[in-house]
Amino acid sequence: MSDLLIRGGRVIDPSRGTDGVADLYVKEGKIEAVGRNIPAPPGTMVVDAAGKVVAPGLVDLHVHLREPGFEHAETIASGAASAAAGGFTAVCSMPNTDPVTDSQATVGFVVRQAIRAGKARVYPIGAVSLGQRGEQLTEFGEMVQAGAVAVSDDGRPVASSHLMRTALEYAKTFGIPVADHCEDLSLAIGGAMHEGIVSARLGLKGIPSAAEEIMVARDIILAELTGGHVHLCHMSTRGSVELIRWAKSKGLPVTAEATPHHFTLTHERCEGYDTSAKMNPPLREAADRDAIRQGLKDGTIDCIASDHAPHHYDTKEREFDEAPNGIVGLETALGLAMRELVAPGILSLSEMIKRMSTTPARIFHLPGGTLAVGAPADVVVFDPDRRWVVRREELHSKSANSPFIGETLVGQVEMTLVAGRVVHQRKDRSTS
Amino acid sequence: MTAPALGKDLLGLEPLSAEQIRLILDTAEPFKEVSERAIKKVPALRGKTIVNLFFEPSTRTRISFEFAEKRLSADTVNVASTGSSISKGETLVDTARNLEAMRIDMVVIRHPASGAAQFLGSRIRSNVINAGDGKHEHPTQGLLDLLTLRDRFGKIEGLKVAICGDVLHSRVARSNIWGLLKLGAEVALCGPATLIPRELAELGVRIIPHIEDAIAWADALNVLRLQLERMQGGFVPSLREYNRVFGVTRERLERAPRDLVILHPGPINRGVEIDSDVVDGPHSVILPQVTNGVAVRMAVLYLLAGGAPDWQAS
Repeated sequence: MSDLLIRGGRVIDPSRGTDGVADLYVKEGKIEAVGRNIPAPPGTMVVDAAGKVVAPGLVDLHVHLREPGFEHAETIASGAASAAAGGFTAVCSMPNTDPVTDSQATVGFVVRQAIRAGKARVYPIGAVSLGQRGEQLTEFGEMVQAGAVAVSDDGRPVASSHLMRTALEYAKTFGIPVADHCEDLSLAIGGAMHEGIVSARLGLKGIPSAAEEIMVARDIILAELTGGHVHLCHMSTRGSVELIRWAKSKGLPVTAEATPHHFTLTHERCEGYDTSAKMNPPLREAADRDAIRQGLKDGTIDCIASDHAPHHYDTKEREFDEAPNGIVGLETALGLAMRELVAPGILSLSEMIKRMSTTPARIFHLPGGTLAVGAPADVVVFDPDRRWVVRREELHSKSANSPFIGETLVGQVEMTLVAGRVVHQRKDRSTS
Repeated sequence: MTAPALGKDLLGLEPLSAEQIRLILDTAEPFKEVSERAIKKVPALRGKTIVNLFFEPSTRTRISFEFAEKRLSADTVNVASTGSSISKGETLVDTARNLEAMRIDMVVIRHPASGAAQFLGSRIRSNVINAGDGKHEHPTQGLLDLLTLRDRFGKIEGLKVAICGDVLHSRVARSNIWGLLKLGAEVALCGPATLIPRELAELGVRIIPHIEDAIAWADALNVLRLQLERMQGGFVPSLREYNRVFGVTRERLERAPRDLVILHPGPINRGVEIDSDVVDGPHSVILPQVTNGVAVRMAVLYLLAGGAPDWQAS
């Protein structure tokens, strides 16, 4: 592994509040220096980053890598490659695999597969309950020892308030958050999209916003009761944003994420029964999307997470009711954040990087999210102005279930480094 | 022949213009007479092959389509979900592609999933007719209801029609709402709030919570079937109470300021959403609806096959 000098880029590091043209010198996998006119010692690979942004690698707290169990849709290797291509140097993989990632053995498997893949870092999230059945707590301590960074039953809510309470209390021992998929199943069951005028017209059973908000409110109340850190996954409604704002005003240990599709799309996208727009939580109304954007701006929503959810094309080529929820998101997240949040001036470039790197790393206590000297050289270099078209055949994920296929995004990843090693480089890029 | 007047498929009444809906109704008029002849057959669709693909039980609609097809001299095949490869787990897209490979001309599909007809129509070249998809639309039912109302009142414009009952789960309701609104009728929805999606008010329909008020307002009632499983879903506490609070009864109709025309898409739960003496009473057009169903379906089949709008059956 050669050392690397990334020369003349706009180096943005929200962890230190810096933003300016500089060189970034990477030596032995770590950030060695950031400054002007750093000379390149012999043998150093020099990358011209003029006009590009150099930032701490993106961190995604919410991905589904499908291995073990659903390798036809994604593997840890293909998912980690997709992450690297999207500028992510670290992703946290949800435990709804088969078998469920609910023990030190299964957590260890994810860690080993990620090391073998050698692309983005993959941090496993262990299940809250055995088999994600919502009954018995898993062995948080052993899973953390094996590499788990959080617990979640994502894909399913922690339906029992008692279980959620004990999970929050028990997780405190290990300093990990409990990430909850907020959904009152008795309200949501059988639902295929947001409950509103579009679902009423299409004759699809709707999932009311209340199904999410009831559980957000419950989790906030339990965070207050227990003092445990609850992380609210994929927030989608304006009511949820209001509730989180209230929780934060009380200083409660609550953090929240939102996905690019929820700050971009609305339920009208389901017209024509387009299964690439079927996800859970569902796409909601313009007022919800706008509240999510505002939440990201004012910090009510702490971070952006992709909820990358690969599905084989066969399973999406179905009646809307029958199709599975979710879309791939790792390779479109940055381009959507740039197009939807930075271009219209909702977030500055630095704020966007904070919400996609520095803050998520802090929430799950991960290394990364910084370009501080001495930190592991997890770095993304991207062209903030470059427009590119999302093409199915160019995605690195094994699946291409995305409503953004064919769309033009702004901002393309040039290079991704993990611990100083180039794990992704845009194909037609020339380096000196 | 002129260019197809309806496009490739009939998926619902929402995508149709008022002119297209009137064209179907006008085309149905001469076809009514075919069914009154001793020899109930015209050669309009001779040589066309039509598959009736029914993924849900159906008596009225399936038979009505089959009569319509046969009276137009088409060759027809009926496929039901049981006893076919569908029951072996074949996906809808594979079923469609296999049918297409047999070079068929049209598919009539009834399916429990909303959007199934559109799914099929976007994947095969044959014409697709939606015979009811989930809770979405049942366009030929909507059309036969419109034709029946037009027979009775002479026009649709300005009519006040109340759609009563389980609108939430009803594809008939959605097709009626679109068809009636497009032709200039006023539409009200009446039933327990658990079964009336309040968002539908955005389409320009009014919601009348009490059946007495709906009866006082309307020129015609389209009474929807209350499916028995809605009790288990917790939408209504009991069929008995439903009848007492929301049932269309003779007593309630007798208090109306004018005689109301009563429609029902069937099958009827006598004594639940509607009383027997109303079904069998002088203002019921439930059987004329069934008769009109054949004519409307003949018109749709004929127009989708590229038939000229000015064709005369006589």
